[in-house]
Amino acid sequence: MRVEQIAVFLENKSGRLAEITAALAGAGINIRALSVADTADFGILRLIVDDVARARQVLKDGGFTVGITNVIAVEVDDKSGGLASVLKSIDQAGINVEYMYAFVNKSGENAVLIFRFDDMDRAITALQEGRFSLLSGAQICSL
Amino acid sequence: MDTLFWEEEMETLPRAGLESIQLRRLRHLVARVYKTVAPYRAKMDAAGVKPEDIQSLSDLARLPFTVKDDLRDNYPFGLFTVPMEEVIRVHASSGTTGKPTVVGYTKKDLETWAGLMARALTCAGVTRRDMIHNSYGYGLFTGGLGAHYGAERLGATVIPVSGGNTKRQITIMQDFGSTVLLATPSYALNLADTMADLGVDPASLSLRVGVFGAEPWSENMREEVERKLNIKAVDIYGLSEVMGPGVSMECLQTSHGMHIFEDHFLPEIIDPDTGEVLPPGEQGELVFTTLTKEAFPIIRYRTKDISRLIYDTCECGRTLVRMEKVTGRTDDMLIIRGVNVFPSQIEHVLMGTEGVEPHYQLIVNREGSLDTMAVDVEVSEQMFSDEVKHLEALTRKIQVDIKDLLGVTCKVRLVEPRTIQRSEGKAQRVIDNRKI
Ligand SMILES: [Zn+2]
Repeated sequence: MRVEQIAVFLENKSGRLAEITAALAGAGINIRALSVADTADFGILRLIVDDVARARQVLKDGGFTVGITNVIAVEVDDKSGGLASVLKSIDQAGINVEYMYAFVNKSGENAVLIFRFDDMDRAITALQEGRFSLLSGAQICSL
Repeated sequence: MDTLFWEEEMETLPRAGLESIQLRRLRHLVARVYKTVAPYRAKMDAAGVKPEDIQSLSDLARLPFTVKDDLRDNYPFGLFTVPMEEVIRVHASSGTTGKPTVVGYTKKDLETWAGLMARALTCAGVTRRDMIHNSYGYGLFTGGLGAHYGAERLGATVIPVSGGNTKRQITIMQDFGSTVLLATPSYALNLADTMADLGVDPASLSLRVGVFGAEPWSENMREEVERKLNIKAVDIYGLSEVMGPGVSMECLQTSHGMHIFEDHFLPEIIDPDTGEVLPPGEQGELVFTTLTKEAFPIIRYRTKDISRLIYDTCECGRTLVRMEKVTGRTDDMLIIRGVNVFPSQIEHVLMGTEGVEPHYQLIVNREGSLDTMAVDVEVSEQMFSDEVKHLEALTRKIQVDIKDLLGVTCKVRLVEPRTIQRSEGKAQRVIDNRKI
């Protein structure tokens, strides 16, 4: 139940993010979720898209450094407590969150949480035992 | 494994014996040059030194240096010591910056050169039974003809294929059974890539060893060319101002340093800033004095190449000093807070960090009275991570490694690919914004 995520290296200069989204849109690629991790010197853009292979090629052709990593997508009710309950079971299993971000699906009923854990295998087991709803890449794109 | 020598006696002389030969030759040379070449005489007079002042090898340091501009100022034949009717060949370097530099050879010079080149090839285990594929360019450049006559002197079979027409070169290698490749290392890689394109398996060839020189190349490049061509790659050094290929040569027994043929070339290592001779083993600029050349001898020629002399005995039995692979050029040297920094050293750190040859740039600024250095590194896929902490750890590691190697603190910045300026495909390695 892993989802492929595209990560892109960004220098901290204005306009780069807009260039990336324009390049992907131009290639007909849909961005389902996006987050930027920033430091004083650089940023890392993380994207969930509907066509990972093509997005990777488009960005590489555009001269960007691109990496693909696996993340876990958890669907929760969009009400308070959804995130907290996920974090609780992860914490109990002794797993650390490297980073996370979230988006709300089109109907606005559910939120999708994207996680990167230090131990992905154990995280999947813990979340399945906690009966959380894990989404596949295809499921995210059909939301 | 048997050690083979070309001139065993001269190659294995005890140091005292070697030095007495060197001194005799040096004194003879200085006297002759003083008498016959006006520009040398003028420089020595200005420095207040006479030929008879050369009483020991250490007196060499009293003589003025010769630099590339001296050759240009006396273009084309002004530093020759013999009448032109005794000069039977000239070579010239390409004049990418200003006039070319011209060098000349008497009949005896060409015999000496061929002998030294044969000596160099023997260091690489080449014998008269070999089929030598000479891809060095034939012409004004010393590489092609210099290697050619050495290979003939050795008695090997020479294929004077010169540069270019790579596909035909591969066919010749297959059909003639070339066993030794003489080429620039970059051309050797070009041959390897073309073989891969054509589906030619290097293991199906008879190639055994490659003698590569005429341009700087790294240890990584050696591994690459050895792997791709399935050969042993050895380093040869020479420069036209001193003679051409065959000034020094790596033996098969060590991959650490090239034996300088000291009975013909006297090396020194100097501090490129002060001109002071440095103690044995220190890194600095390589300086050569020719001991036996007739038409165009040269005294204390500053090569601008950075190296180090290794006096340890070599496994091969040669007593000739070794010079470390040239690690940089004084042209590229930066002085940051009193420390000499070469871009090649930064490159070394970066390659050691990620195992790839990255694109980088050094940016030097002066803030108040303090020099600062920043290193921009283009992020490759190998070093990229989706996690901030990994990228931060990477920049910290590079910073610490540079500090350990050079003693200079610098700021390391990761930048996007293709953001470092390139001119004619080559990245500009240094931007020095200091106004000194
Ligand atoms: Zn040796």
